[in-house]
Amino acid sequence: MRGLSPWTELAPGGVVVRDEAEQPKTGDWRTGLKPAADLSRCVDCLLCWLYCPDSAILLDGTAFAGIDLDYCKGCELCAAVCPTGAIEMVGDDD
Amino acid sequence: MTTELARAQLLTGGEAVAEAMRQIDPDVVPVYPITPQTPIIQTFAKFVADGRARGELVDVESEHSAMSAAVAAALAGARTMTATSSQGLALMAEIVYIAASLRAPVVMALGNRALSGPINIHCDHSDSMLIRDSGVIQLFAENAQEAYDLTVIAPRLAEHPDVLLPVLVCLDGFTITHAAEPVAPLDDEAVRAFVGEYRVPHALLDLGRVTTQGPFAMPDYYFELRRQQAAAIDGANDVFAELCLEYEELSGRAYGPLQGYRLEGAETALVCLGSSAGTAKDVVDDLRADGAPVGLLKICSFRPFPAEAIQALLAGVETVAVLDRADSPGGAPPLFAEVAAALAAGAPALRSYVYGLGGRDLHPADIGDVLAGAARHYVGVRSEPCPA
Amino acid sequence: MPRLKTLVRNEAGTPPLRGGHSLCQGCGIPMVVRTVLDSIEGPTVVVSATGCLEVATTRYPTTAWNVPWLHVAFENAAAAASGVESAYCALRRRGGLPQEDELTIVAFAGDGGSYDIGLQALSGALERGHRFVFVCYDNQAYMNTGVQRSGATPFGAATTTSPAGEFSFGKLQQRKDLTAIAAAHHVPYVAQSAAGPHWQDLSRKAALAAKADGPAFLNVLADCPLGWGHEATLAPALVNGAVESCIWPLYEVDGGRWRLTYRPEKRVPIADWLRPQKRFAHLFRPEAAGVLDEIQRQVDEGWAALLERCEETWPAVARPRARRLR
Repeated sequence: MRGLSPWTELAPGGVVVRDEAEQPKTGDWRTGLKPAADLSRCVDCLLCWLYCPDSAILLDGTAFAGIDLDYCKGCELCAAVCPTGAIEMVGDDD
Repeated sequence: MTTELARAQLLTGGEAVAEAMRQIDPDVVPVYPITPQTPIIQTFAKFVADGRARGELVDVESEHSAMSAAVAAALAGARTMTATSSQGLALMAEIVYIAASLRAPVVMALGNRALSGPINIHCDHSDSMLIRDSGVIQLFAENAQEAYDLTVIAPRLAEHPDVLLPVLVCLDGFTITHAAEPVAPLDDEAVRAFVGEYRVPHALLDLGRVTTQGPFAMPDYYFELRRQQAAAIDGANDVFAELCLEYEELSGRAYGPLQGYRLEGAETALVCLGSSAGTAKDVVDDLRADGAPVGLLKICSFRPFPAEAIQALLAGVETVAVLDRADSPGGAPPLFAEVAAALAAGAPALRSYVYGLGGRDLHPADIGDVLAGAARHYVGVRSEPCPA
Repeated sequence: MPRLKTLVRNEAGTPPLRGGHSLCQGCGIPMVVRTVLDSIEGPTVVVSATGCLEVATTRYPTTAWNVPWLHVAFENAAAAASGVESAYCALRRRGGLPQEDELTIVAFAGDGGSYDIGLQALSGALERGHRFVFVCYDNQAYMNTGVQRSGATPFGAATTTSPAGEFSFGKLQQRKDLTAIAAAHHVPYVAQSAAGPHWQDLSRKAALAAKADGPAFLNVLADCPLGWGHEATLAPALVNGAVESCIWPLYEVDGGRWRLTYRPEKRVPIADWLRPQKRFAHLFRPEAAGVLDEIQRQVDEGWAALLERCEETWPAVARPRARRLR
């Protein structure tokens, strides 16, 4: 995380330029569980991608490619909507 | 502020402002009617209907939406103007503050009218005073010619890269808006050349540079954003003075943040805003003819308030009489309070500080600094980076 | 029929709303936002009202938005969108923008910023005919400020300003029908939809809304685990249940023609939808039985009236597969 800027370094009007903005890593919201994917059961239905409130499902083209644990808050929606049970919640030691 | 009678047209203040708007030809004009500014928007609407002004006239459903649309359009990348008075300004007051803090260079004509209640459609300055703390620039016109000229200057002031703030051109309701006077407008080409192209540093519609505008800020940043905004308005009178010099070359008429009238050797000085200055000038002339050492300080730029210049101009005056066309029940009238602060600023016994904006804590050490005379004006604002 | 792969391709690896925001775990709003924006071809510019979506995604100096985004205040998303749209028209006309950029302006507001404090600005923008899409993400209360009741809160729901107690069973008034109010403005396209298992309905409507030659209004049900009182993982079933019980029918008013876009094969009794939500728990006390009956009666009445109004029914979309929740 960056430090706090002095007033002289701020863009007028509180404008945030997207390419210069930093996003806090909300993965630290998780409280003991994280999603884990079994790729052998995944059928690339993409429902987890759509339901994830934190855009934490990573894709390679239109195929499931993993979960971004930097942003995943552990809400378990991906596991709940997965039609094949390919995503399960497991212990999170991070 | 002379008017060349040979080139003059007979225009009300409202028509004069509308004519200036036509020549500026803004991109977006959101409007909502309220007496006594309606002649401005009606005259302008006719220009649009006749194809003499090409912008988008947006007949919104309230003044709050007029300023909301204006802020959004200005930030989107379009030169935007509007007009209001009194209750309309009160209704849009929430957004006027936001216009200033988002640095939206909207130009708005304000037909000064009393705030209700009782409901009254005639002139006073209570509407301007309602939003005096909003951070917008407020310029007061003495007559229809000044209303025209200040409207032409306003976009350059609002859009200046060091300013980027809304500018209100204030003209007394009915006294200026509805009274016909000789007004000498500039040529269309001269106005176009003077106002130039509109540019903001981060246009929302610039898809090549994606921005988020109008953020939420916690106590760790609100104060710094406000401090930055204050710096912009503090520098605006210097910019205004430069623009007035440029405008004088063009028009032969001189403007500035304030005007001293027969203050040399004055023992008593009157201070006021708006059309009363015109009346006062006549009275001062009559009294001076009888040998009375009186003078007038007419203030054009109420915000930013030209405190240092006022100290200089009133140096040596024994009695300063401040005429406020607005009241502050239970406290000092607004113009009086500003003049008193300007004159007292040099006195060692009186100092001013601002602290705690946006929830920023006030620490015991800060209080100690204040008492020791060691604190800055903005107590607790970050002027150096704070490491993570 | 919208396909997820199309939405993925529209997103092109850059989600319009990315992670790193502080919306709750399991919040129902992002799915609405992404489904809508990913269903619109071409660039979008978003205007947000004050509310959960705005506050949680733009804490200075961060931002979770990958598209141009503006917030002005609470009640004026539609007025601000009108300003952006007017600027867009003016600049295009005088050649101040690349002509090829056919962009869509989308305003997002919660139910507070649409039904209540935002109603005036919304009505004005619809009446003036600006070309933009207004999306209400309706989670049925002022959630961001602590679950206070709004004009969208259902009859009988407990909120912090309409709590259930000794003498009260929650909100005493029926909610407004904002979708019908919008339709009364005679704009090209108005629709009611939901995310969750009916995301295809929402996607199709978002695409139509963006193509409308004038204002379009979408009223989209969004669940709120905190405000409704349920586990986040129950959200898909609950959003589905609102549709299947007909308390939140899916329909559109396209060029003035009312059309039902989903007809449940078998209507679910409303009590089944209410029961899993803590905000309705008080209705299951014996003394509140009359209220439950009244709610069912209101739902029946509303459904019958809608059926009468709808001249036709959209061909049935693929029924969402029943999902076993663990």
